[in-house]
Amino acid sequence: MASYLSTTGEEQQAMLEKLGLTSRDALFADIPVAVRLDRELALPEALSEMELITLMRELAQKNTDLDSCTCFLGAGAYDHFIPSVVGSLTSRQEFYTAYTPYQPEISQGTLQAIFEFQSMICELTGMEIANASMYDGATALAEAVAMAVSQTGRNEVLIANTVSPEHRQVVQTYAHFKNVRVREIGFQNGTIDLNELEALCGAQTAAVIVQSPNFFGVIEELSRVADLAHQQKALFIASVDPISMAILRSPGELGADIVVGDGQCLGNPISFGGPGLGFMATTKALMRKLPGRVVGQTTDHDGKRAFVLTLQTREQHIRRDKATSNICSNQALNALAATIYLTLLGKAGLKEVATLCLRKAHYLHDRLIATGKFTPAFTAPFFKEFAVIGTTAPEGLNKDLLGDGIIGGYELKKAYPEFEYGWLLAVTEKRTRQEIDQLVEKVVKHCD
Amino acid sequence: MIKQEALIFEKSVPGRKADILPTCDVPELSIDTMIPEVLLRAEEVALPEVSEIDTIRHFTALSQLNHGVDSGFYPLGSCTMKYNPKVNEAVAQYRGFTGVHPYQPEQTVQGCLEVLYQTDRMLAEITGMERVSLQPAAGAHGEMAGLMIIKAYHQHRGDTKRQKIVVPDSSHGTNPASAAVVGFDVIEVKSNQAGGVDLEALKAVMSDEIAGLMLTNPSTLGLFEKNIVEIAEIVHQAGGLLYYDGANMNAIMGKTRPGDMGFDVVHLNLHKTFSTPHGGGGPGSGPVGVKKDLVPFLPWPVVESGTNGYYLDGDRPLSIGRVKSFYGNFLVVVKAFAYIRSLGAKGLREASEMAVLNANYIRVGLCEDYELPFGKTCMHEVVFSAQKQAKAGVSALDIAKRLIDFGYHPPTIYFPLIVKEALMIEPTETESKETLDAFIAAMKQIAREAQENPEAVKSAPHDTIVGRLDEVKAVRKPVLKFSQKV
Repeated sequence: MASYLSTTGEEQQAMLEKLGLTSRDALFADIPVAVRLDRELALPEALSEMELITLMRELAQKNTDLDSCTCFLGAGAYDHFIPSVVGSLTSRQEFYTAYTPYQPEISQGTLQAIFEFQSMICELTGMEIANASMYDGATALAEAVAMAVSQTGRNEVLIANTVSPEHRQVVQTYAHFKNVRVREIGFQNGTIDLNELEALCGAQTAAVIVQSPNFFGVIEELSRVADLAHQQKALFIASVDPISMAILRSPGELGADIVVGDGQCLGNPISFGGPGLGFMATTKALMRKLPGRVVGQTTDHDGKRAFVLTLQTREQHIRRDKATSNICSNQALNALAATIYLTLLGKAGLKEVATLCLRKAHYLHDRLIATGKFTPAFTAPFFKEFAVIGTTAPEGLNKDLLGDGIIGGYELKKAYPEFEYGWLLAVTEKRTRQEIDQLVEKVVKHCD
Repeated sequence: MIKQEALIFEKSVPGRKADILPTCDVPELSIDTMIPEVLLRAEEVALPEVSEIDTIRHFTALSQLNHGVDSGFYPLGSCTMKYNPKVNEAVAQYRGFTGVHPYQPEQTVQGCLEVLYQTDRMLAEITGMERVSLQPAAGAHGEMAGLMIIKAYHQHRGDTKRQKIVVPDSSHGTNPASAAVVGFDVIEVKSNQAGGVDLEALKAVMSDEIAGLMLTNPSTLGLFEKNIVEIAEIVHQAGGLLYYDGANMNAIMGKTRPGDMGFDVVHLNLHKTFSTPHGGGGPGSGPVGVKKDLVPFLPWPVVESGTNGYYLDGDRPLSIGRVKSFYGNFLVVVKAFAYIRSLGAKGLREASEMAVLNANYIRVGLCEDYELPFGKTCMHEVVFSAQKQAKAGVSALDIAKRLIDFGYHPPTIYFPLIVKEALMIEPTETESKETLDAFIAAMKQIAREAQENPEAVKSAPHDTIVGRLDEVKAVRKPVLKFSQKV
């Protein structure tokens, strides 16, 4: 078994003597006898490091990983390329073994990195302020809803059902317990149904929520949604793919009040869905409603620039039940990975990633349509993901593809029963032309 | 040499870049043929323009401004800054864990599901619960999920009057904040002279409107709640449920279990008790465990084991719903799983015993120099008050800052709120006797300085990259992002 203790038996004895005790058990005398555990816990036998490595290898090998196959599955988690620089830097102990930067004099590294992260998120989203990150895109959206409800004093939100199903489910969970009503708005040609939105948006609406590119990969017309929301004095919340922001107009420019999104795609491995990060950005007007950690710039007593956790009167350790949220952490290491990724890729590189995704997704889309076996589910513009309709349900096809080492698209009917034959495919910069051609070839073979 | 580092934006040189991506191997269609111009950005995103080595140097320089557990002693009370075993980091990097899509077919993710299922089973045994959900991403998130479960349970029974949650005045700020997030009203009860829950005060607030009591045991004062059996009885008799804040679980592994004490719901912090690193503020993991009657209310999906292997059960009509995308902070769970498998039952018990011994060693070592508001055997952490020093004009904050000069991360200060000038010290089990002795010596020296040379303490820290910060300015004139003009 492994032990990470540092004291020898003799040292322990000396320590106990100093306490006037003869055994460690005596330290636990305050535990009532009735609730003391009078046996060892029933856990599997302890393992040495060598044995543990063997076990973990075996467990890891029971999974099919994305290096041993070709992935066209997205639906909220994406197989983007992660440069070696990211892991090399995030594995520095000064970053990963530190706690929340409560003592700024010995935490400037984490604090400055978060400040840079906040700055980059503002750049990408076109917003004025951003926080230090959230658990993930779904919880960021749920917290945005809470902000809107608190700001407007209204308790109904309208959410496009083109928003990721999991994100809508999380919003629904949070909202239910706060007695906030969530109403879903349908879609037309893959984008939010503006007529339905106009009909439902009113004086009771705290916020209108749209995702772009949405779950179908389709780019929404955010400015029209913003106008409809603002006409009713509701807030407009946009959820975005940060990589798409390198080429798309930012929601900030289009009138968003709160912008959230999932940042896993920025240098974080897909990791069976976590940990990644969420981000949240907003306007100065909503600054005091923002949940989570925020880093600000200030000076030390000598006037040197320095960074510190700030605006803490919003937070639970001061406001307790009146806090803007109960969140008291961020996904700091994942946000650091995102910051390093965005730094390394930089202005030109992120645009290149976005353009590669866009072109490769369109290449696959056009080739699939050209086979005659699929029709486009929508004609609206899309980014790195798109939906097609086949001639049969896609389970059989996905099963066949898996046999050929390809993880096929998401079966749309799982979340949208109306698309029985719907297939949602994601194409990142990692997919090569050869892999895409191979997919098309296998698909044709399956359909014939 | 360690020096201040410019912002990455200030190092940007127009046109500089790291060439990383392959050339495009599909037709290079013009962007505006795929996306209408009205949807396209006019100006490029102003991200930094730097080279690969610029990136490496910048973030390496930033890392050197941090103090981590590997840098030195980190006795931050309530945070359990124990050593983070390297093997756990290594195994969590296996591609079979990092390179798995959450929507892959179940037969291709059996290893991931096995880790989740087995961790659920082991944490259930450690806490005395029936099942554990690993979906919550952090302690506060686990609290929220646990309180949702309590609310859903009462509502399902038609007991809709129960809209209030009781918390002691010594509780973590997240307790009342989480209760508010779930739509509960919060009632605070005072602690008694011994730092425990005042039973009479508790009885007085009990009614058919109480949904439950949230309790940390050992408490935030580092004391085991001796009356836990009576407390559980009082709450249960009034129809309420007991919620265990697992922040201090590191004191009791293998010694007693929340489930045996009478708790119905528990959250754990894998990033405290189960050795996963804090990452500078996250990712953590805050599993929520429940007794049998509450299992149907757990977040969905739940991992189950069947004849064809492990599977995700999403058919849970009474579930509170989903609280996070996918299945939680999976890689953090992998590390905790590896930790529990490495230590086993005896190893976990010994970890708790040594955590408690180390804290008591500091208690006895410093009790003559610092006031001990509750002068008895503590558990895994000890809470002093700097009131003696405050009389000489030296605050808990000053002492904390002075400790930095000795190479230590300061303890938690000004918490719990019911102790004036609180210094909350949690050494953890992984520290050696000589580390504790050196820390005690430093604290003694600071106590002397407080009397003889208070300025030396009040002007600390002396050797850090920046001195004490103007936090008021940060709030009054918030600068929250880089801007060319500033």
